[in-house]
Amino acid sequence: MSLLQVEQLDARHGLLQAVRGVSLSVSEGEILALVGANGAGKTTLLRTIAGAHRLAGGRVLLDGKDVSRDRAHRRVAMGITLVPEGRRLFTGLTVRENLLVAGARGRRGYWTVDTVLEAFPMLRDRLGNRGGELSGGEQQATAIGRALISNPRVLLIDELSLGLAPIAVDQVYQSLQTVIASGATIILVEQSLDRAMNVASHLVCMLEGRTVLEGKTADFTHKQVSEAYFGLSSVGREDGPA
Amino acid sequence: MIWVNQILQGVLLGGYYAMLACGLSLMFGVMRIINLAHGSLAVVAAYLVWVVANRLHFSPFLGLALVLPCMALAGWLLQRLVFERSLGAGELVPLLSTFGLAVVLDNSMFQTFGADSRSLAPNIGDLAWNSWGVTSQIYVGQLPLLTFVVAVALLGGLHLFLLRTPMGRSVRATTEDPDTAELVGIDTRKVYGFAAAASLVAVGFAGTFLAMRAAFDPYAGPAQLIFAFEAIVIGGTGSLWGTLVGGVVLGVAQNLGAQVSPQGFLVAGHAAFLAVLALRFFAGGRGLRSLLRIPRRPAA
Repeated sequence: MSLLQVEQLDARHGLLQAVRGVSLSVSEGEILALVGANGAGKTTLLRTIAGAHRLAGGRVLLDGKDVSRDRAHRRVAMGITLVPEGRRLFTGLTVRENLLVAGARGRRGYWTVDTVLEAFPMLRDRLGNRGGELSGGEQQATAIGRALISNPRVLLIDELSLGLAPIAVDQVYQSLQTVIASGATIILVEQSLDRAMNVASHLVCMLEGRTVLEGKTADFTHKQVSEAYFGLSSVGREDGPA
Repeated sequence: MIWVNQILQGVLLGGYYAMLACGLSLMFGVMRIINLAHGSLAVVAAYLVWVVANRLHFSPFLGLALVLPCMALAGWLLQRLVFERSLGAGELVPLLSTFGLAVVLDNSMFQTFGADSRSLAPNIGDLAWNSWGVTSQIYVGQLPLLTFVVAVALLGGLHLFLLRTPMGRSVRATTEDPDTAELVGIDTRKVYGFAAAASLVAVGFAGTFLAMRAAFDPYAGPAQLIFAFEAIVIGGTGSLWGTLVGGVVLGVAQNLGAQVSPQGFLVAGHAAFLAVLALRFFAGGRGLRSLLRIPRRPAA
């Protein structure tokens, strides 16, 4: 059975429908990459799954239980946590406080301040620094650590590499391998197709709010995904644009 | 020496203003609500302590201890019944709803207690007027000093609470970015409820010390609101220790103004407030946000 299931999800920004009838499912331990051009609806989809954006239609199920009406903090307690786009650290709080504030509310489990520091050693010397004093890579590591410390069953990561120097992206991805090795279930929004296809076992491509390609990453070539990304063709779904 | 004495009295008076402004600052900082009923709520607290002291014949300090839990409960209820509903309905609605609340409270107090002025000064004996003479021209009043010490303790306690406790961290996180706070598992409704309760506890202290240091009547609230608002704007909106600085600046300005002329008390306080706004304006702060020193929040 799927750990997380999204059924016919609709989400709006005012009159604009950003997500149109998207369905997807993730099983335990699976890494799903969500790719698509800017404005495809990826961020809105993740925020809606996390409960930060109002759902206009459809359902979100965690372990078969409908969580669509639960507020974001309740979903964190149940095991859905989002690393938001742009990191959104609490810049007035230190790195330790950023971790503790999330750790106090989430589920108990493997991830603690110590295990987060093992996964992201770059944060060891920065625990007393405020969020606003960190480099982009350190901020992203803190944001992922802050999400992990609530011991999520499904970790949603929005734009992991956005605004980071290539070396910082490498560092963060290197640390993310530790998280993946721990058996985490992840839905990852990533601009870089190469990185997404390297790290994910499954892939969903979105275009104008709809799913235009979905399946196992190994079943697609880079070219097929690129074409779906830019709306040049659709594979795997009949309702995608031509 | 008279001027030094006036400055000293102004600093001590600033303690009262800081105590008064602390709750308003906390509520604005966390929830971005300017509670126009703040002064009226302070007067409600003053009446509650006055009732306990005069009808039940308890000490006003024991009365304060009894009234504080009631104020905390009232704050939590106000958050759930008034502020929460008005917050989602646009920027003007919280202003209008708290203004309406102030009108209801003022007139309810008038209906209940009449127009007579009351004071707790007779209930605290010598403390109301005793002072220590530092020199022949400089005096430190016991009540103003106690007020100042309680204000500093209140601000310090709140500061430590926000810095050291899990709930304090949640309040700071929610103050900075409520949207992200929810995403890390913080129940922002609970945090808002706590902030409103803490704000009204501070109001309880302020109301009690208002009643001990001066006479009050059902319509004393709006003037207290203005003093509190001026103190937090001078000190920087949402900053607790800034509130103390703002209160002291306001108190000193008022006392120096009173030394020049009896009418100068209020005029000098307002002039200091306007002077600070003008300084910020000419220093480059053209928008309302920079004039009032309101910290930015990330867009949701």
